[in-house]
Amino acid sequence: MAYTTKSPWILHYDASSCNGCDIEVLACLTPLYDVERFGIINTGDPKQADILLITGAVNDQNKNVVKQLYEQMPDPKVVVAVGICACSGGVFRDCYNILGGVDTVIPVDVYVPGCAARPESIIDGVVKGLAVLEEKTNKMKEAKR
Amino acid sequence: MGKRTIVPFGPQHPALPEPIHLDLELEDEKVVRAIPSIGYVHRGLEKLAETRDYEQMTYVMERVCGICSFGHSYGYTGAVEGLMDIEIPDRAKYLRVIFHELSRVHSHLLWLGLLADAMGFDSLFMHCWRIREKVLDVFEEITGARVIMSFCKVGGVRKDVTPEMLNKVAGVCNEIEEEVRKTGMVFMKDTSVKNRLVGKGVLSKQEIIDLSAVGPVARGSGFDNDVRTTEPTYKALGFEPILRDEGDCYARCMVRVDEIIQSMNLIRTAIKDIPTGDFCVPVKGPVPVGDFAYRVEQPRGEGFYYVQGNGTKNLSRARVRTPTNINIPALVKTLQGCDLQDVTMLVLTIDPCISCTER
Repeated sequence: MAYTTKSPWILHYDASSCNGCDIEVLACLTPLYDVERFGIINTGDPKQADILLITGAVNDQNKNVVKQLYEQMPDPKVVVAVGICACSGGVFRDCYNILGGVDTVIPVDVYVPGCAARPESIIDGVVKGLAVLEEKTNKMKEAKR
Repeated sequence: MGKRTIVPFGPQHPALPEPIHLDLELEDEKVVRAIPSIGYVHRGLEKLAETRDYEQMTYVMERVCGICSFGHSYGYTGAVEGLMDIEIPDRAKYLRVIFHELSRVHSHLLWLGLLADAMGFDSLFMHCWRIREKVLDVFEEITGARVIMSFCKVGGVRKDVTPEMLNKVAGVCNEIEEEVRKTGMVFMKDTSVKNRLVGKGVLSKQEIIDLSAVGPVARGSGFDNDVRTTEPTYKALGFEPILRDEGDCYARCMVRVDEIIQSMNLIRTAIKDIPTGDFCVPVKGPVPVGDFAYRVEQPRGEGFYYVQGNGTKNLSRARVRTPTNINIPALVKTLQGCDLQDVTMLVLTIDPCISCTER
């Protein structure tokens, strides 16, 4: 197992979420769920992050921010779309300012459903993301050889 | 006079859980001017009222904001009930108050945690969020969901709460109060916390009136505009607003700590006095032609709801005026002349909820 998958660092960005999923992401870090015991740390810096957690759908104003954050992250990287809005637009899919799920702008590896996504399913999504991260790391290693 | 530098703050920033962008114009370390720009979370959900009927719209309105989601459904259903001339049962009114106050407790604890996190006091952040989980457990046990509960509906509430459960809630209130009294002391007495808060971002009572600030920001400067004082159910519970005179970040923080304790008392009184009877009335038919406005005191301040009916099942207009939106001018005012390192504190003490602001 690569070192990154033992202690992945997470970057959280709120695209246009209603906060429900955001506070559940933060709840994952606090004593009841405490993902830090698995080495998962929330960082504010895209350059240090391995996993990008995005909550909420994408709109015209923030699509460039989402793209920039994704591009600033070093490879290998995994994108986890948290909540139904990030997956497909959810309850807001018919709103005039919503372009759709996060996958309309950047490639998404893991989709976490729910409104709001429960902390258990967010943790599950991140763990599924770790498998993708390891796969990507191995591919990069093979390409180097 | 030093050279002016512009420092961008946000939209993605470690101190902010949500995206807001500020251009900070600096002269050395002093902020001369702050120019906010918003729109990162704008969805345009008010327009959905034209395609969703008024009952479906309750669920959309709840998702204006996930933190004060109960407050939004409370305000919206209140406005629709006013428009349709529905009198909801007393038991539903009390249940709404209990849930609204529980939401306030969870919102304030969440905010105290974020404040501690922004000043780098991580253990305090963890403690605040640990206490908050008790409220979420209550929500989960009654409604099945942790943050967005869909408990309010037009005509009352979705389900009744058993007396045993209400007793349990009262027990949880006692536990939370005990914990908050301990943790609140840290905010009240700790030197490192006080150094970051006392005397920072002072707003006088006159400035509050001029900038029409609401909620704990206004009450921290001694200006009482708490909507709860006008609500009959709260009057029956003996509600008195909490006011402080200092007008700085510390006062705003203390107002919120005291409000948690006060909410606990309100919930316990409400549980003691709750009348028996129906928990909702049946609602049928289209919305009449006309309009109605309703105000609710949310954790962040006054929320204003306006609905306009056109004789069909769809509303022709649903409008929300949210507290953070109103408090942004006050924030910009406090940022003028502050030090750069205080910016995160000042931004946080208005308790910004950007998804409310932009809807």
